[in-house]
Amino acid sequence: MSGHPYLALGRKAGGLLPNRWDVLAVPLILGAVMLLLQGLHQAAVPIGEIEGGAVSLDPSNLPDYALRTTLRMLAALAASLVFTLIYATLAAKSRYAEMILVPVLDVLQSVPVLGYISFTVVFFLSLFPGSVMGAELACVFAIFTSQAWNMAFSFYQSLRTVPRDLDEASHSFRFSAWQRFWRLEVPFAMPGLIWNMMMSMSGGWFFVVASEAITVGDKTITLPGIGAYVATAIDQRDLSAVGWAILAMTVVILIYDQFLFRPLVAWSDKFRCDQTASQMKPESWVLNVFLRTRFLTNLTSALGTGLVALEDLWLRLVPVLPALPVKLPAVDDRVWWWRALMVAMDVCWYALVVAGGAWVCWQVVDYVATAVTLDEVGQVALLGLYTLIRVVVLIAVATVIWVPLGVMIGLRPWLAERVQPLAQFLAAFPANLLFPVAVVGIVTFHLNPDIWLSPLMILGTQWYILFNVIAGATAFPNDLREAAVTFRIQGWQWWRTVMLPGILPYYVTGAITASGGAWNASIVAEVVSWGDTKLHATGIGAYIADNTASGDYPHIVLGIAVMSAYVILFNRTLWRPLYRYAERKMRLG
Amino acid sequence: MTNGLANQPLFELVGVRQAFPKPAGGELVVLDDVNITLRAGEIVGLLGRSGSGKSTTLRVVAGLIRPSSGTVTYQGVPVRGPSPGIAMVFQSFALFPWLTVLENVEAGLEALGVPSREKRQRAEAAIELIGLDGFESAYPRELSGGMRQRVGFARALVVNPNLLLMDEPFSALDVLTAENLRTDLIELWSEGKLPIKSILLVTHGIEEAVLMCDRVLVFSTNPGRVRAEIPVPFKHPRNRLDPAFRKLVDDIYALMTQRTQTTAPASGQVGVLSGIADKLPQVSANLLAGLLETLTAAPYQGHADLPVLAEDLQMEVDELFPIAEALHILRFADLAEGDIRLLPAAFTFAEADTDGRKELFGQHLLKYVPLVAHIRRVLEGRPRHRAPRLRFEPELEDQLSESYAEETLRAAISWGRYAVLYTYDDQAEIFSLEEEEVEGAEPGSQQDAAA
Repeated sequence: MSGHPYLALGRKAGGLLPNRWDVLAVPLILGAVMLLLQGLHQAAVPIGEIEGGAVSLDPSNLPDYALRTTLRMLAALAASLVFTLIYATLAAKSRYAEMILVPVLDVLQSVPVLGYISFTVVFFLSLFPGSVMGAELACVFAIFTSQAWNMAFSFYQSLRTVPRDLDEASHSFRFSAWQRFWRLEVPFAMPGLIWNMMMSMSGGWFFVVASEAITVGDKTITLPGIGAYVATAIDQRDLSAVGWAILAMTVVILIYDQFLFRPLVAWSDKFRCDQTASQMKPESWVLNVFLRTRFLTNLTSALGTGLVALEDLWLRLVPVLPALPVKLPAVDDRVWWWRALMVAMDVCWYALVVAGGAWVCWQVVDYVATAVTLDEVGQVALLGLYTLIRVVVLIAVATVIWVPLGVMIGLRPWLAERVQPLAQFLAAFPANLLFPVAVVGIVTFHLNPDIWLSPLMILGTQWYILFNVIAGATAFPNDLREAAVTFRIQGWQWWRTVMLPGILPYYVTGAITASGGAWNASIVAEVVSWGDTKLHATGIGAYIADNTASGDYPHIVLGIAVMSAYVILFNRTLWRPLYRYAERKMRLG
Repeated sequence: MTNGLANQPLFELVGVRQAFPKPAGGELVVLDDVNITLRAGEIVGLLGRSGSGKSTTLRVVAGLIRPSSGTVTYQGVPVRGPSPGIAMVFQSFALFPWLTVLENVEAGLEALGVPSREKRQRAEAAIELIGLDGFESAYPRELSGGMRQRVGFARALVVNPNLLLMDEPFSALDVLTAENLRTDLIELWSEGKLPIKSILLVTHGIEEAVLMCDRVLVFSTNPGRVRAEIPVPFKHPRNRLDPAFRKLVDDIYALMTQRTQTTAPASGQVGVLSGIADKLPQVSANLLAGLLETLTAAPYQGHADLPVLAEDLQMEVDELFPIAEALHILRFADLAEGDIRLLPAAFTFAEADTDGRKELFGQHLLKYVPLVAHIRRVLEGRPRHRAPRLRFEPELEDQLSESYAEETLRAAISWGRYAVLYTYDDQAEIFSLEEEEVEGAEPGSQQDAAA
């Protein structure tokens, strides 16, 4: 009955007899299973049905489309989770793997999400010739690329910061590597991982619209889903259809928030490591219903027991994984030849990594050079600069607007409680649905697209600034506020000496996310169309988007490489130092 | 409790040495020639000040650290990692916050492959033994500190270890809770209810060691060594007020102050310290002033017995000692044989006003603390009177471990700031002199003007 502590939702309550909570919960589960089966069934149809415009703008199709889009996103999320568990674990456990995997992850994270699509579509289509499966996989992969990296980073960070006493306890009780992973490391990483999954899911929506209707060169794939529906609506200038799509998306986001993430967050609260009773315990009515059921909790603990029994069996069959080698710091230093061997291995590995990196770079340069002149590289760098200016200005504008508002809201708990979920919802809401409105506006008023398309880049990601600042202001120590009042610190001095330093770490966290999102969004936001009207801003995002549409691979590679370089540079020279500064300065003691 | 079944030692450390190579060459010795033999039926205490290597020794026994040299054997077999017959209780409890009390206790059995029914039974038995029944389904965050540590004990006991290791298990608890837990534990041990053969306890509390142990091994600092082995001949339950008990506590106090006694100023040497890289205790100037004031007043009149003083001030030896040592280093007092005796400068200090105190403190710093004098000299020698922390840090790390170097530098910063000898910018990590300091004006004249 013990079960994995984090599989067993509840504790024994006697008997398998359903109680009144089961009456509410069982239909919910059965319904979810039915929807899942239906969605999967549709993925197996032949590809002929989806080439060309198979998407109908009749709103009655929307529930079905919404279901399929959601399933794709969940599939991508599941893939991201598996990727995270493997990739981050490797990076954290092996010094040699870490040397490669962490920088690679850093680069992967900075590559614009849509940059991946152009390269993978053809590959996935060739995997399942003649079936929708290939296109589906391409789409899921595109969403995966928008979700996986931050999850992997979060998990890696958690693995590196397992508290020392728990680490020693697990050694001293001689946990095997397997037990250690599931009993200590995964639970410890859980809250951060779930928070990042929520962020990933939000980010994913933005790219669903782009990845369900993919055009790469002469290949156009339209998968039935909300994203394709929106794309078609934009193509046909159908504003009411866009409205219906917005409504459907809102409903879907609310549903998975209530039924998936809120329960997950409430449940993962028990994995928090700080032992103080938390002041605001996350609640979920769905989780509460399930915890009160009798039949379902017993079923889940029975399943948990079964899983543990299976695990026991597996541990017994696998010739006993020895208690993991404890890190014995002094042991390896004892014999000189061992030390020499270690140094030699380090040197070899370094050489190998450098050689491999050089080879990859040379390959890329070689490939790009087939169609690109040095002149062009300079031009693309200039385009990158334009986009950089946009990002900087937009972050500054968003900061000026949202920091004061966020502080005002955060200092009023009753207001923060209402606004915070709204801000999180807005962050999850794909801003590209509002692009048509912007296009109509720009065309009607004859505005300069170079300026007026820019706000679209930050439309979706500015909310991260808002809700991080709210969180910071909410967490601001009350005694400091009272001290400020008693010393009558007011006006600008109050902002400068009291509030801004207090929320700085939170603000930086939000701004990093927002700026990363803005870079990513530039590909979608610098070229926007509404039927035949196509607005075009000058920037590297537009450059990548245009070349993707025409299937010009060397130029796509160039654009992506330049943008990645900008993002990495931007993070290294601005955000990371700022973050370290904020962390250092704001700690007391 | 005497060693009854002592034919073969349960655990043996012979010539254990633990050293880490230092970046500047040479090595930092944490443990040197430690020999310990544990036999069944005894509670052994490792007593020492922080940094004396007693926790490292415990981790060597636990198999968490392998020493640089020396042999470690458990029941005659060399130790190569955590042994099945050894369980550990942690200072910070080290409970898994996501597991209930019952699950935490079961976790101790997890690696042994015990069938789940038996696992449950044994865990429930351990929980009942340690007085936690009723709390099985609680999460650690719902429990008080004392209850949490009981879970730690139950989790260690459930594996029926031969040897129970305890790493300052009571020091994170308040006085009453700690006493309650100690008494319960000793009672269970005396009645033979604990499924263990021997206990190894790390502590910095002299009274705690004398109260619980059959044998106390006193560690010396830098490098860690077993300085003395003291048998405790009393029967449980022990009475803290028994004169023999007090006498033993006093003796151990005297023993632990011996190092400072032997380093009293030698002839031809100005102060206690000999070089810039001598470790400084990290004690704030306010604490020093506080102790000076206390000692100049009645009933001490400039002289006190440390154990008595510790009890009057409700401080552990580990808290009181660094303060007394700092006074000794600064030549405001002499430490010897567990006594502290103020020097004339201490009375001058106690009677002076704030500025006078700072000035006197500054004079003593420059005279008796080579590191502070060195920093000040370097700053005066530079045209802009600024020097980065990195100018001094490597000099310390040549001879001290990283954490000691950090502590020493922090003490030098805080003392120097108090005496207005120099300032320090923590963001930029730069030492500097303020203008009036350079001219050698009395520190604090600005404040006079302001007041």
